[in-house]
Amino acid sequence: MATQMQIIAGKKQGFTEFCHGLRQGIPIALGYIPVSFTFGLMAVGGGIPVWTAILISMSNLTSAGQFAGTNLIIANAPLLEIGLTTFVINIRYMLMSLSLSQKITPGMALLKRCIMAFGITDETFAVASMEKGEITFNYFIGLVTCPYWGWALGTAMGALTSSVLPKAVQSCMGIALYAMFIALVVPAAKRSRAAFFVAAAAIGISSFFRWGPYANHISSGWSIIIATIIASFAGAVIYPKEEDELE
Amino acid sequence: MSKTLTAVFLMALVTYIPRALPIAVFKNKLKSRFLRSFLFYVPYAVLGAMTFPAILYSTGNVFASAAGMGAALILAYFEQGLMKVAIGAILAVYITGCLLH
Repeated sequence: MATQMQIIAGKKQGFTEFCHGLRQGIPIALGYIPVSFTFGLMAVGGGIPVWTAILISMSNLTSAGQFAGTNLIIANAPLLEIGLTTFVINIRYMLMSLSLSQKITPGMALLKRCIMAFGITDETFAVASMEKGEITFNYFIGLVTCPYWGWALGTAMGALTSSVLPKAVQSCMGIALYAMFIALVVPAAKRSRAAFFVAAAAIGISSFFRWGPYANHISSGWSIIIATIIASFAGAVIYPKEEDELE
Repeated sequence: MSKTLTAVFLMALVTYIPRALPIAVFKNKLKSRFLRSFLFYVPYAVLGAMTFPAILYSTGNVFASAAGMGAALILAYFEQGLMKVAIGAILAVYITGCLLH
């Protein structure tokens, strides 16, 4: 009898945690809809079918990685290049996943950890890591629910809008994705000298691969990978981060 | 078509692995300050390398693209948010395209 009471109390607490996460996820979802809307526009504008664009959002749930990967699909790049570029862009998730592994309920089952991992994005990570105390499975699932469906819904709306837009407007949409990258990197580069240096170094290297002598036969995917590794390496050497800055 | 689906599956896989591996395996923090710094800088480097010079060839007209980039840089500098920056750049490209024709 006592154990049954404990189970009921546990379920109730789990539900409370889920609802707490759910509420915190709503603003993230609202922020996601315009971004994924642009993704849907871009993907369908580039010739990806509507349902495939939605599938990409529902299976990838990431911004920069799926934008770049989809761009390479549109450019008909080889699979190795698509996989490697997407992987390099997503390497940053390792840091977040690592950081979350220190904050989740100790001894959480492997299956639950693996389910949680799918929902790690820049934003869910930022919100979850600001939580006081440990991160429970139920809380994190609640947190991810609205952003996940917001991401899918925005993509669907953008994809359907794109197919009715005139060609001249569609070609202008090509810049949307890059404009968003600028919107992500410029505010960070404004605040941090190191971030500015790393982004500028990467731009210099990728420009060399595009225009430099003997280098212009390197594809754009490899150019991104090489530029990223060299620029981040240089950043880590010149501006090593203090322990507390990496939290 | 099947190549596109294979690419989507591959993308999903290489997006999931970096998310899952550390949380599933690591119980302790990375010791190397260098490695942690390197991983910290990766997003900035990726964004820089992906954006330039590819942005110049994103609309079929280099001058219109450059105008869009300028608009995006200004709006981003004043921290206008993703959607406003994107719409501003699209408008700049569209207007420049009209002026050039």
